Amino acid sequence: MRYFLNKLGFLLLTIWAALTLNFALPRLMPGNPALNMLAKFQGKMPPQALKAFELQFGFSNQPWPIQYINYLGSMLTGHFGFSYTYYPVHVSTIIAQSLPWTLGLLGISYLVSVVLGTVLGIFIAWRRGGVTDSITPIVSMTFQAIPQFWLAVVFVYFLAFSNNIFPMSHSYGNTEVPGLNWPFIRSVVYHGFLPFLVVFLTSVSGWIIGMRNNMMMTLGEDYVVFAEAKGVSPRRLIFNYAARNAILPQVTSMAIALTTIIGGQILIEQVFSYQGIGFQLTNAVTSEDYPLIQGMFLIVAVFGVVINFLVDILYGRLDPRIRRRGATS
Amino acid sequence: MMQTKKKRNSNSALRGFFRNAKAVVGFSIFSLFVIIGIFAPLLAPYDPQSTNFAPSLGPSVAHFFGTTNTGQDIFSQFIWGTQTSLIVGVGSSLISTLIGFIIGVYAGYKGGTVDGILNTIMNVFLVMPGLALLILIESYLKSSTPLINGVIIAVTGWAWGARVFRSVAMSITNRDFIVAARLSGAKTWRIMFVEILPNMTSQIASNLIYACLGAILAESSLAYLGFESISSNSWGTILFWAQNGGAMLSGSWWWFVPPGIAIALVGTSLALMNFGIDQITNPRLRIHKKRKISKKNPALEPSGGM
Amino acid sequence: MSDRQPILELDHLSVGYQTSAGIVNAVNDVNLTIYKEEIVGLIGESGSGKSTMAYAIMRLLKGDALITNGTIRVMGKDVYAMNLKELRAFRWAQMAMVFQSAMSALNPVMTVQTQMVDTILAHKKGMTRLQAIERANQLLDIVRIDRKAMQSYPHELSGGMRQRVVIAIAIALNPGFVIMDEPTTALDVVVQRSILDQIKEIQKQEKFAVLFISHDFSLVAEMASRVAIMYAGRIIEMTPSQTLQLGERHHPYTEGLLRAIPHLSADNITIEGIPGSPPNLVNLPRGCAFHPRCPVAVDVCKDQRPKAIPSGNGHVECHLFEGEQEVQHG
Ligand SMILES: Nc1ncnc2c1ncn2[C@@H]1O[C@H](COP(=O)(O)OP(=O)(O)OP(=O)(O)O)[C@@H](O)[C@H]1O
Ligand SMILES: [Mg+2]
Repeated sequence: MRYFLNKLGFLLLTIWAALTLNFALPRLMPGNPALNMLAKFQGKMPPQALKAFELQFGFSNQPWPIQYINYLGSMLTGHFGFSYTYYPVHVSTIIAQSLPWTLGLLGISYLVSVVLGTVLGIFIAWRRGGVTDSITPIVSMTFQAIPQFWLAVVFVYFLAFSNNIFPMSHSYGNTEVPGLNWPFIRSVVYHGFLPFLVVFLTSVSGWIIGMRNNMMMTLGEDYVVFAEAKGVSPRRLIFNYAARNAILPQVTSMAIALTTIIGGQILIEQVFSYQGIGFQLTNAVTSEDYPLIQGMFLIVAVFGVVINFLVDILYGRLDPRIRRRGATS
Repeated sequence: MMQTKKKRNSNSALRGFFRNAKAVVGFSIFSLFVIIGIFAPLLAPYDPQSTNFAPSLGPSVAHFFGTTNTGQDIFSQFIWGTQTSLIVGVGSSLISTLIGFIIGVYAGYKGGTVDGILNTIMNVFLVMPGLALLILIESYLKSSTPLINGVIIAVTGWAWGARVFRSVAMSITNRDFIVAARLSGAKTWRIMFVEILPNMTSQIASNLIYACLGAILAESSLAYLGFESISSNSWGTILFWAQNGGAMLSGSWWWFVPPGIAIALVGTSLALMNFGIDQITNPRLRIHKKRKISKKNPALEPSGGM
Repeated sequence: MSDRQPILELDHLSVGYQTSAGIVNAVNDVNLTIYKEEIVGLIGESGSGKSTMAYAIMRLLKGDALITNGTIRVMGKDVYAMNLKELRAFRWAQMAMVFQSAMSALNPVMTVQTQMVDTILAHKKGMTRLQAIERANQLLDIVRIDRKAMQSYPHELSGGMRQRVVIAIAIALNPGFVIMDEPTTALDVVVQRSILDQIKEIQKQEKFAVLFISHDFSLVAEMASRVAIMYAGRIIEMTPSQTLQLGERHHPYTEGLLRAIPHLSADNITIEGIPGSPPNLVNLPRGCAFHPRCPVAVDVCKDQRPKAIPSGNGHVECHLFEGEQEVQHG
């Protein structure tokens, strides 16, 4: 329980930090660039909305602690303001529309690579010393060093543009009607495959190596040797005794890798024009749509922090030492 | 006596590094790029910005990597880009490792409340999605340069190293030689840099390597998204112009393929070097499993006699 | 002695570790027999090869360790002649071991019950889970831990309790032979005492033979009836435990150890009374391995390895004892 509260406290702290960053950056930057936007908004927006906008970006005569409190208040109640590009659409509406796509794509590619990589890692550790064992580290290094967005560009060019095997962009075909119908689902899978493949190829080998190394460390532990001596069957030895422990650092890496994965996702969405959060964020940057940039950054940060929180809780469940003691770290 | 011991250790570690085939391959590839970067003015056949050539030419003897849609020589851009990307990578990794070292070691060494606060800050930086944060900052900066980007990448990315340095520092603050130094009244910064630093060289090396890889990747991402001024020339800007110059539509694959391969090669070479360091510091990964590897038995140390 | 049934027979056993510096000869030409219901002590400095020998007997050597010579028989069966399936059935049912680092021998993410029941069910295929749990409970009674500990994870138990759980697991299948590799090293003196008393008591009840490995002379002398002294992978002396006191005639190394008793502890490998350090196991000295440190060494010690010479009720590998007749090992 202490563990849980600790993690929850940290979750809130991080979200607060992200909010504060959003508040502080436009006020700190020399020649606040959001000023340009204000001019464009003039006349386009009702005075009330304009005022909210001023508050958000610091064109106000109020002392900044008051601004800060008002700002936090409006953010916490979900008032992220209007998007400039899509006016009069609210930023929160755009978030609601794009979040599911990001969640779906990122969730699936992340989980598939982690699960498959972990299982393969166990397998390689079991057969250690084999050919796969000596090749995977090299393959892994190469794939991890390839910039994801570049691989995405290469795939788009060779598999979608030149050869038309896969669609080049978007998350579903424009003839499909979104909903729970087969042509739509098929189209989503078809469009999502290349982005998925990019994430999968660049990350799976990292998980394999990670798990393999954890397994090597764990197989040398006394409790595994002891269990082997006790006569525990080889299968149970590998899965229940060794892997069950070796997976713990893997879960920690899941949390650690997350920020990188989210970064990669932003670029991949940009390359594939996949209408998720990352795509909206990069577009908003191009069109200098600051309310949208802020909203998207905030949601990406919250998203990362929440998943991190969930991973922490999962870790607590897997490791009895933490579960009961409620240690801080 | 202490001094000579340390020296011998680092010498033998260095020898171990160069005896590892992977590490040597990595080191060679990286050195090759460094040489290209240093001698870019001699190696680049043309001015990377000049638009004197026929547009969208494929690779040929005159233009190894072809030309852009505005008639610039891509090979020359690539050579100069190598210089920029390496300076950004190395510079940024030095800065972030230094920041990470100071904060991490200070936290681990001081412990208590100081550690509590610094560790929380560290964790906040760790869970903040780095690229999103960079994009947010850059969106206010407008056109930046690769060098400024390198600094920003370092300032937002130091926490990775700090985390490692902190735990190492925590594990050695109670060792005799640190306690002795403290009791003899040595200043904190002196203990950090003179006493603690030599004991984490492998972690520092490893962090320099990863930070360099991370900075090269991050800089190319930012450049690709168009955050760098038009006059900048890095591997990332080549990709940006390829994207915006319709490289795909005109079928100019030679425009965007080389920078990506170069990044991947540099990245792999860094990872290979790190692999070599890992093998030296973590024998369990190499020796196939055994309970006790190092018994503190001087008679058994391979180099003990020499 | 020949009427007694041998439980463990080591015949010219040598074990080495392959390292980049060459082969580390951790166990060298060891002959040792342990009889039914007998407790034999094994004593030696850190790094002398005690654990290696124990692992070799259990056939648990890993990776770069290999048996370079000799045979190991337990209950008359050659341990290395079995196939893996036979080995899995034989090990723990007939011979068990309490690890040196018993603290880490329990899996941190499994309850005590799971780990005990696993052991029992791995061997008793006909048993139901409930029967196995009942047996596990009995075992906890034997080692005097509250049955409530069943549902605990190892980190929730004290060091002494963990140690008892490990001992309970070791005797779970009524083995005829148990190796105890420094079973109480990490514990404080009071707990150590109570566990040793308990081991003796259980051993009287269950009547298994024990190879008791330790650094601690007084402790071994108290537990064991005979004591083997190991130096650089060799058993250089085998002697009844009651002779282990100053004034009795022993191998020069044993005498050095006896003088050093007050200073001998688990972490202290420098032994006062014996100058110098243990030999390099990659390049063992010619002749008697102890001669460079031996205060009474003579010329022959430098190039001839001493044979086992009977002395009292045991035997000694030392040239100074020559002139008495040679024994068959045992
Ligand atoms: N995996 C290994 N590779 C190489 N040498 C090893 C390995 N394991 C042990 N050794 C060496 O073998 C020798 C015997 O080790 P062993 O663990 O059997 O000693 P020990 O008598 O049990 O010591 P302790 O009293 O400290 O437990 C030591 O010198 C040790 O350095
Ligand atoms: Mg031992």
